Amino acid sequence: MKIIISEIEHVAHLARLSFDPSEIENFNRQLNDILGYISKLEELDTSRVEPTTHALELTNAFRRDEVKPSLPVEKTLSNAPEQEGGRFVVPKII
Amino acid sequence: MPSLINLSIHELHDILSKREVSAVEVTRAYLDRIGEVDPKIRAYLTVTADKALTQAEEADRRLKKADHVTPLTGIPVGIKDVICTRGVRTTCGSKILENFVPPYNATVMEKLEAHGAVMLGKLNMDEFAMGSSTENSAYHPTHNPWDLERIPGGSSGGSAASVAARACAGSLGSDTGGSIRQPASYCGVVGLKPTYGTVSRFGLVAFASSLDQIGPISRDVTDCALLLNAISGHDTRDSTSVLRDVPDYTGSLMPGLKNYTLGIPKEYFISGLDPEVEKSVKRAVSALESQGAEVVEVSLPHTEYAVATYYIIAPAEASSNLSRYDGVKYGLRAPDYKNLMDMYKKTRSLGFGPEVKRRIMIGTYSLSAGYYDAYYKKASQVRTLITQDFKKAFEQCDVIAAPVAPTTAFRLGEKADDPLQMYLSDIFTIPVNLAGIPGISVPCGLNSSGLPIGLQLMAGHFEETKLLTVAYNLELALCRCENWPLD
Repeated sequence: MKIIISEIEHVAHLARLSFDPSEIENFNRQLNDILGYISKLEELDTSRVEPTTHALELTNAFRRDEVKPSLPVEKTLSNAPEQEGGRFVVPKII
Repeated sequence: MPSLINLSIHELHDILSKREVSAVEVTRAYLDRIGEVDPKIRAYLTVTADKALTQAEEADRRLKKADHVTPLTGIPVGIKDVICTRGVRTTCGSKILENFVPPYNATVMEKLEAHGAVMLGKLNMDEFAMGSSTENSAYHPTHNPWDLERIPGGSSGGSAASVAARACAGSLGSDTGGSIRQPASYCGVVGLKPTYGTVSRFGLVAFASSLDQIGPISRDVTDCALLLNAISGHDTRDSTSVLRDVPDYTGSLMPGLKNYTLGIPKEYFISGLDPEVEKSVKRAVSALESQGAEVVEVSLPHTEYAVATYYIIAPAEASSNLSRYDGVKYGLRAPDYKNLMDMYKKTRSLGFGPEVKRRIMIGTYSLSAGYYDAYYKKASQVRTLITQDFKKAFEQCDVIAAPVAPTTAFRLGEKADDPLQMYLSDIFTIPVNLAGIPGISVPCGLNSSGLPIGLQLMAGHFEETKLLTVAYNLELALCRCENWPLD
């Protein structure tokens, strides 16, 4: 399976990244090298194998819905690039 | 008395609790050592000297009153910069978190503080723990103390280099595909990746959540057990943390390996394995045999597929985890943008380095419409096969012994332009993360150029005690030399 440059631009958009044309060339070569190597997995027949998403069998860790101490608003906002009146400020979207 | 910085954690504890030395004196000795060697190795991103001295004074109060004294009280440690430290900048080796000061502590930090340990500072790493050489740090590379022209390994390169250079008594790293064990091997120190779920990931900046574990890096196996005792245990703030009693891991430090069967996986002795590494690993296995272990050959037939599997699963999880860096809640925001989408793209393109972008791209691609079955699902199925390999092997043996990495530390820049070659340096460490089992790297000698080689030991889920017993016996059998680099 080979990835082509128009696909890279699409994937970059999905990932909210942008690249200049010279970077795309380089990325294209490296990503194809990596994907070429990954295609090694096609050698294996996995039609009867269950997928593993976690190494240990996990069950949901439920807890009671109780109010507990948590970070105050000003601490939560302390690393925000822009904030005002106890809220995060973002560019206008509507 | 030998210089304070040359003492192990358990030796330091001994003289601290007898009040032969104060925690402040020990901390000052380490801060001086950092001043002396860190300009050469560049292991630290942040040194927290004032905080360290305040913590040392508090430790001295406890030691004086013999109040809440544990083996870590007054012990100066370094912390990989992927672990959140309240009030202390946590960069993850990335420009996107250059000014991030966590308002809370990771659970492991709360535990270390409860023990009265002293934090010397935050240690360098590959950006977001993605890399095998620490060259992907957005700040500067770290140098291997045994040869300053070589890399220390990665991603916990700062954690391993600082311990070897005696710029801290022990450290914490994190391991997603070998990031504790490989640098420990390259720097000649002990590094353990615990069973998935043993150590809380709360406050560990997420890379690949189904693989990440925090673990200790130390100068000997006893110190490793002491650090593991302190950081393990169930945490309600990490839903994947396992509800189990924590044993006293120092209880496993017993001489003799009678009743132990050691498995040697033939798939780890392949072409591409440096002959000097092979020789050293085989010598270590003989040493363990002389301690009473029985040695059998085992097979892990899907080993050759582990790197490919990992480079689908880890980037897929990373692409999702790293979507949180959007210039809104914390971290960098690009200065000029036209609208929200433009702000996202500019912020992320400016803030992330090339390797992180590469992995986000691989992950996004493999999860995107039409490719999910071919990549992510397929890799998750192969992950099952790799896990089954280990289950079968552990029916025949208690612990598996193998090399940590195919070579010793490579030169700075040697693999920097070839991501695939860099990925392949983790070929022997990745399977452990995919299966969620514990693995440890123990020094087993130096090559002809004086570079350290590590033996990797692997055991079944929650069998850390077995790992530590075998590791301890290796240390006994090899009578490890007391020569440390940068003396």
